[in-house]
Amino acid sequence: MTALSNTAGLLEISGVTVRFGGVTALDDVSFAVNEGELLGLIGPNGAGKTTLLRAITGVITPGGGSIRLAGRDITGLPIHARVRLGLGLSQQLVRPLRSMTVIENVALAAGHARTLSPLAALMVRERSAERESALKFLDMVGIAEVADGQPANLPLGTLKRLEVARALALEPRLLLLDEPLAGLNHVEAARMADTIAALNKDGLTVILIEHNLSEVLRVCSRLVVLDNGRRIGEGEPRAVMADATVRAAYLGREAGDAAA
Amino acid sequence: MVEIIGAYQVSLITTMGISVILALSLNLITGFCGQISLGHAAFIGAGAYGAAMLTTAGWPFAAGLAAGTAIAAVLGLVVGLASLRVRHDFLAITTMGVGFLFLGVVRQQEWLGGEMGISSIPDAGLGKGGYMVLVVLIAAAIALFSVHLKRSWMGYAFDAIADDEDTARMVGVDAARYKLTAFAMGTGLAGLGGGLYAHDVKFIAPDSFGFIESITILSMVVIGGIGPVWGVIVAAAVLSVLPFWFQFIEEYKLLLYGGLLFAVMRFSPGGLAGFVAGFVAKHKRRRAAAP
Repeated sequence: MTALSNTAGLLEISGVTVRFGGVTALDDVSFAVNEGELLGLIGPNGAGKTTLLRAITGVITPGGGSIRLAGRDITGLPIHARVRLGLGLSQQLVRPLRSMTVIENVALAAGHARTLSPLAALMVRERSAERESALKFLDMVGIAEVADGQPANLPLGTLKRLEVARALALEPRLLLLDEPLAGLNHVEAARMADTIAALNKDGLTVILIEHNLSEVLRVCSRLVVLDNGRRIGEGEPRAVMADATVRAAYLGREAGDAAA
Repeated sequence: MVEIIGAYQVSLITTMGISVILALSLNLITGFCGQISLGHAAFIGAGAYGAAMLTTAGWPFAAGLAAGTAIAAVLGLVVGLASLRVRHDFLAITTMGVGFLFLGVVRQQEWLGGEMGISSIPDAGLGKGGYMVLVVLIAAAIALFSVHLKRSWMGYAFDAIADDEDTARMVGVDAARYKLTAFAMGTGLAGLGGGLYAHDVKFIAPDSFGFIESITILSMVVIGGIGPVWGVIVAAAVLSVLPFWFQFIEEYKLLLYGGLLFAVMRFSPGGLAGFVAGFVAKHKRRRAAAP
């Protein structure tokens, strides 16, 4: 790695623009995520947070701009290739593999090195090491007791945590979490936020999209605020939340003062 | 061998073995990887024509068979590459189109015998009994390979793709590459089965590889349970010899297969294997409930 890419962020978003038909979902958004930070990506509903995440993972290809991971341009790469370069995503809408048990869902992700090439994958049957590490990740998010359960029989809160465990099992350099606290009760949400903060302390870089602002303010070291597809704020959490533009976006243009 | 079990039984078992090979080959694509194909007969035909043309031209049987397998696999790769972007119903229509395209092209080719097909295909030189043993051994090898594949990491990745391709990509599985691998393996083995078929009956024509043949093979896979190896083997073996046992079935084959397909999808979507698994589970529960 060159000195240049070391000084630059782990993830660099520059001028990313996404249009759906006539609607501009993201308009020239730029920011960087530094190695080791826990970045909160917030904004009102429809601000473009999930669209941005989908552009980062490769579900959608931006119409303009570039995305660089550890100095490498990943804008045109397919999803699986980005995952192999170190992206892990926990989606807002849970997508468990319903034909498998909870632990099998996570063990498949933990075996990312095994599934790299189909032919090499054909040669190996042993799964115990991956199942063991899967159990560790399930324990980390607090759902080890349902390891052998079927996703179809589990509540949303558990499936949310399964998404996070599966993303962690990829051993990513950058973890993208899309509303991991949604569907969890107050205590569970605080515990999950603590888990995320602990992972970050251990060196994992995280982008957290979340509506639960009190938890975001509690654990995030920096915030990026989107509204209507534009970046309207960035910086230290308290300062960002005190910003007039951000308050207006969150609480409504006129109601800003009244609600505060 | 023929002296021990009789010529009729030998040809029966050979037919069963070839059907098992063909059904297991489609099972790799449809059962394991979740990719529907309504044009499997095209690849069986490619293997049959490839092997028959070459042995008729003087190639040894084994070399012709291997070449037929390779030709079918290459065709499968090409079709697979072209259909990477289509899924589900669209893939069904696309593969059906490939089946008709194959027929249309072969019918027009003088060098492939046109409508008349290829006759007097040379004998494999193993005798009827020896040929049966070869077919059964190959079928058994493919069955063992299928069982191994299912339990390997390749089978694990196939499970994920069959379940939800987008999620499979999210955990780093290169779905396109795995799907192509399934296509190449499944169509190659279909070509192998086609070559064995050609040297069993010694005569092939375009009509042997039509849409009905594709549906017949698909019925075996669906009735077997779409995936479970033993279910597909039983379904293929039984369905392939029914016309031998009951002559009248040949005339009502489409009706029978159509009816069976409907009944399975309506009453036991898990096929034979799902039905048996459900029955066993029920029986166990009843036993557990008994004092």
